[in-house]
Formats: sequence, structure tokens, C-alpha cells
Amino acid sequence: MSDATTSQVMALGAAVESVPRSGWHAATVGAVHRETPNASRLELDVEGWPGNAAGQHLDVRLTAPDGYSATRSYSIASSGASTRVVLAVDKLPDGEVSPYLVDDVRAGDMLEVHGPLGAFFVWAPAAETGDDRPVQLIAGGSGVVPLFAMAQAHADADDPTPFRLLYSVRTPDDVYFSEELRGLSDASAPLRLDLVYTRRTPDGWPTPAGRITREALEAAVIPAADRPRVYVCGSTGFVERVADWLVGFGHDPRSVRTERYGGM
Amino acid sequence: MSFITRGFSGRGREHDDRLPPGQTLVSDFPVLSAGPTPEVDTADWEFTIRTESGVHRWNWDEFMALKIDEVDTDIHCVTHWSKLGTQWRGVSLDTLFESVETEQEYVMAHSYGGYTTNVPLDELLDGKAWVAFEFDGEPLDPEHGGPARLLVPHLYFWKSAKWVRGLVMMDQDEPGFWEQNGYHIHGDPWKEERYW
Repeated sequence: MSDATTSQVMALGAAVESVPRSGWHAATVGAVHRETPNASRLELDVEGWPGNAAGQHLDVRLTAPDGYSATRSYSIASSGASTRVVLAVDKLPDGEVSPYLVDDVRAGDMLEVHGPLGAFFVWAPAAETGDDRPVQLIAGGSGVVPLFAMAQAHADADDPTPFRLLYSVRTPDDVYFSEELRGLSDASAPLRLDLVYTRRTPDGWPTPAGRITREALEAAVIPAADRPRVYVCGSTGFVERVADWLVGFGHDPRSVRTERYGGM
Repeated sequence: MSFITRGFSGRGREHDDRLPPGQTLVSDFPVLSAGPTPEVDTADWEFTIRTESGVHRWNWDEFMALKIDEVDTDIHCVTHWSKLGTQWRGVSLDTLFESVETEQEYVMAHSYGGYTTNVPLDELLDGKAWVAFEFDGEPLDPEHGGPARLLVPHLYFWKSAKWVRGLVMMDQDEPGFWEQNGYHIHGDPWKEERYW
């Protein structure tokens, strides 16, 4: 291996943060409400949950009366020591688990969760990590869930790191956490929020609806010269396009962390 | 600890012996990556195996001149999807190790972009692993690991390192990138070795 590769590996290795160990837990649905026309927010009370870092995910397992079970991974919208864990689940047109979680589940129902999972796509306050570089979050659709957890953790910690979220969403009705995001924009450790609408904009919006362009992306993210840490989450197509452009703008690929939704 | 979730009936009941526990069949090919997709030109591509005694190197043309296998196999991702009967072309690790003498029993696979994953050597030999450069009759897409990726289909698919550039032999097993970040040191889908 060349020296360049070795130092890259070390840089990636150094990013590993200590997170609670995962395990299976019984979870009771504490509250459920409609997040958008196509998504629900679930608040789970998880017995023995060890807490989780902002950006982690968990597995949900549902078991039918005949013993058939199905397991899927979901990002966690909350973080910290609490045993109340928040998910926001998008209903997939051909899904098996998400239609149940979005349309059928109700308070008091029980399911199994395994987690917290993942130690790379996470954010912790500068006071813990010593890393105070600015943070750029880029979300496509339901990919906003782990990034919202980071933005909320940033506000809760009153962290001085500059934080900016670029959120690409179909229509104004499809915005997850819209009230909370508005609140975070006014917090004492503010989040700068930029929305891009791909299908329909609010009345009087300055730009027409459409996929984000390379130029619009460059204008709406923290410049590469400021050496931001960047977290990108969305569909594979969205993440591939955005991450390629970021590298083209001069962002260090090692500072761009991605999470992709496979399409199942 | 398993219990029934009220109101859940599920959909698929078709039993397939090829599907490990906790997996769901998909027809598309989801992607799991931690960062941007590296751009690797085959003109610059090189594959190396480093042992206690030295480094073995192949450039793209030398690699293409090796014996090429057709592989028909099932693949299983830790994120709960499986794909059956996938078609690959690549060079068997048995072929690559014909010219390599080593006493070291563990391997760290290194990728362009800096990612690593660990596999014991005996899980790469005897027809169990390839360096693959074609999927479904086409050159491997960059987002799926092209120009070449490791293919170790009997382990969860993160072990099949995308954009692979070389193997470094080790005396002891050590965790690679994904294994340090929450995934199991070994990764057998039939034992559900998913996480720490």
C-alpha cells in the first residue's frame, strides 16, 4: 500500500467513535402520528435501550401469528440517553413492513428492535469529539431522518459548530419535522435550512420546482474551502449524484459520509 | 425473545432454502457505501497481494490475461436484502494465490478510497472468492464497485470489498473499516453474524 492509502485508512479509522453496544429489545409504541401524507412518526418506548448517537439506525422485526417474521432497517430521528426512540417511516409502494408501520400500527402495539447500529454515519458535539469543522447536511426525501437527529443534537448541546441543512423534497406537504426544523433555525446554535422542491413549490417560491442542479448545489452548501464535514442521505441516485458533484467542487472524499436507501 | 406484533400478517410466505434468516429477496441491486464513489480508470488500476516476503502486482491487462471464471451465486447484504442467481465474471483467488507463498493466515482487503475489510485466507480459497469485474454481462458499474470488486458470496456482502486494490496478509485477524464501525468480524449470513 502506498503512504497515501495508509494515511487515508488511518483518517477513516480515527473517525470511529465509541457508541453503545447493540442488542435486541422489546419496544412498545408510545405514540404514532402522521408525519406527511405518506409517512408516520413513531415514538417507541424501548426496554433497556442503551441510548444512541445522532445518525444511528436500528432494525425493526415484526412477527405474524404463524411465526413468519420480517426485518427492516430504519434511521433514528432522536439521540441521547432516552429510552424513547423516535422513527419517521416512509411508506414504500411495494413494501411489506413500512405499510404496517405507517398505516396500521397504534399506541400500545409491541415490536422488536435491534440496535443501536452503525458507528460511522454519526455526529457528536465538538465538546466530545474535538472536531469543530462546520457541518453540511444534505437530505433527499426521507433521508432527512438521521440528519434531523444530528441537527437536533447540535441544538440540544448548544454546540458552536456552524450547521447547515440542504433538504430536497417533493412538495411542501412532504417535509418531515417541518415545525421542529423551523424551531431549530431560531435556536441559539442555529441551523441554516435550505429547501429544494422537486415537484411543487409553496406559493411565491423564488425558483421553479425541479431536481437540484449542480450549480444550485454548489451555491447552497458550505464551500469546500471551509473544509466542512458533509453528511448525505437519500436514495442511491440522489446520493451518487450529490456526492460526485461535491468531490468535483473540491470537497475531500474522506469528509463526505453517505447513507443510501437501497430501494426496498 | 420473539413475540407477535398485533395486526402484522406479512406478505411473502414462499419458502426458499437459499434465503438466510432475516433476509428479503430483491430484484434490484441496492448499494451500501460510506462515502463518494471513487473514480478508478483501468489504465491506472493495479491489484497487489502483499505478504511477509514481498508484493505481487498485476495491472489491468495482466489481470485480464489470467484464467477467468463465470460465477453464478446468491448474495446477501447485512441490510436484509438478498439477490439469488447473480452472474459474475472474475478471477478466482485460487488463481491469484497460485504464485503466492505465505504463512500468514489472515487478509485485509484494501480499496481505492481507503476502505478495508478483513477475511481469513481459508475463506477466500477453494472456489469461495473472486476479484470480479463483470456483473450480468456488463462491466461492473462504479457504484457497485467497478472496475473490480472482491466477491465473497458466502459472507455478508460488505466483505465483498468494492473498488478493491489489494490484499495485505496479516498474522492475526484485525477488524477492517466496516468491522470497526459496528459490523461483525466474520459475517456469516446463515448464522446472522450481522453486528458486534
